[in-house]
Amino acid sequence: MSTISLTLPLKEDEVRRLKVGDTVLLSGTLITGRDMAHTWLVKEKRSDVAELLRGSAIYHCGPIMLKEDDKWVCKAAGPTTSIREEPYLADVMKEYGVKAVIGKGGMGEKTANALKEYGGVYLFAVGGAAVLLADHIEEVLDVHKLEDFGVPEAMWVLKVKDMPLIVSMDSHGKSLHDEVADVSAEAFGNIISKQ
Amino acid sequence: MLRFREDIFTNEVLGLIRQASTELPEDVENALKNALAQEEPSSTANMVLSSILENVDLARKTSRPMCQDTGLPAFYISYPQSVSTLKIKKCVEKAVVAATKKGYLRPNAMSSLTAYNSGDNIGKYIPHIEFTEWLEDDIHVKCMLKGGGCENVSTQYAIPSPGLKAGRDMDGVFTCVMDAVQKAQGKGCAPGILGIGIGGDRTISISLAKKQLFRDLNDVNQCSYLVELEERIMKEANTLGIGPMGLGGKTTVLAAKAETAYRIPASYFVSVSYMCWACRRKEMTFKLDNK
Repeated sequence: MSTISLTLPLKEDEVRRLKVGDTVLLSGTLITGRDMAHTWLVKEKRSDVAELLRGSAIYHCGPIMLKEDDKWVCKAAGPTTSIREEPYLADVMKEYGVKAVIGKGGMGEKTANALKEYGGVYLFAVGGAAVLLADHIEEVLDVHKLEDFGVPEAMWVLKVKDMPLIVSMDSHGKSLHDEVADVSAEAFGNIISKQ
Repeated sequence: MLRFREDIFTNEVLGLIRQASTELPEDVENALKNALAQEEPSSTANMVLSSILENVDLARKTSRPMCQDTGLPAFYISYPQSVSTLKIKKCVEKAVVAATKKGYLRPNAMSSLTAYNSGDNIGKYIPHIEFTEWLEDDIHVKCMLKGGGCENVSTQYAIPSPGLKAGRDMDGVFTCVMDAVQKAQGKGCAPGILGIGIGGDRTISISLAKKQLFRDLNDVNQCSYLVELEERIMKEANTLGIGPMGLGGKTTVLAAKAETAYRIPASYFVSVSYMCWACRRKEMTFKLDNK
């Protein structure tokens, strides 16, 4: 386990070096996306955001944004539950070359296989730590689909600096979430069988 | 004659929402600090809890929402006979709109048919307001902001459940709650607080579970059976190893709070309302003007 500073866009070999348990400080330009963004990206194969997504990170996050003096300011930006994007994320990685996914709760087998095949990483952000994470956003650069999707679901383009994250699924098939789920399932079985 | 000053009330409800969103209750913060002391230094659990506590501190100091998911705001209001609930409702809605504009609430309310987001947290049946008339002269408002992540892992069981081997007794109730915690993993933003509703019909049961989340984490249940149940859940849930945010550790649950309702012979429901560590609840008493 080590602390690694990374700058977006990421190259495949940088991603392949990451291992479950590593701490990452992420900088560069990323884009937020939730349910509506993922279905939109998969269904419409958008060339207008393709350049932005290549080698970049999708942050599962619906931030609180306020317009102050004609500029968007992010007030709070913690992660949302990633598993909802399980049906789409592998296709987003394949189609757009996204290299990192940031969220909470981890993802399933389809995503784990995509991380292995395309060289990707799942980065865990502390759920609810919305102010802490917002303070690592230097600038709101742009927003896509704000009118159609609304504030929480829009795709916000964010410039971040040293965003603190933990590798919880790597490109070698390891998942911290699966490990914890296995341990707790066994503990649960033992507790219940004692009755 | 006591007078209901709508402008002042609206403003105080706005303040209540701001505080609920930006200031974690002291009992919850203390429980998180105690949890931190339990976890191994330099463990992931330790790092996660430290980040959470740092975030709580920053949110309070800068008056920003501690979590971006401010849920669908819910209000539980006790009012004297002399005040119109229609007027109170109008004030609460105004306060919700203002709180959204000021960034204390994220615009969450959206149509379930078209996905249209109203942009101000007002929509069909939203915000949720529950009224109870009482004999006091003032208005009491409880506000809860509960995010979608922990609402998604909240659940309801009908026992007996052959699959879970849960019968209609306290062992069965215990099994259901443990199952809910195990299935939630870190998705409800552990360490969580469990509101548990036992009995009633489906509606009473889940509503009872949610209302337990207003209880101070350090209070002691009036019913000795429930004291035993709560303590057992706390002890065993924290041996599951799920840990803060589901990344492993000793702290999975901060508190379990249970209450019962009478039921019908045919049904026995157990409801679990899972609250994330960002247990955003706040209450206020509003005095009517006697001038």
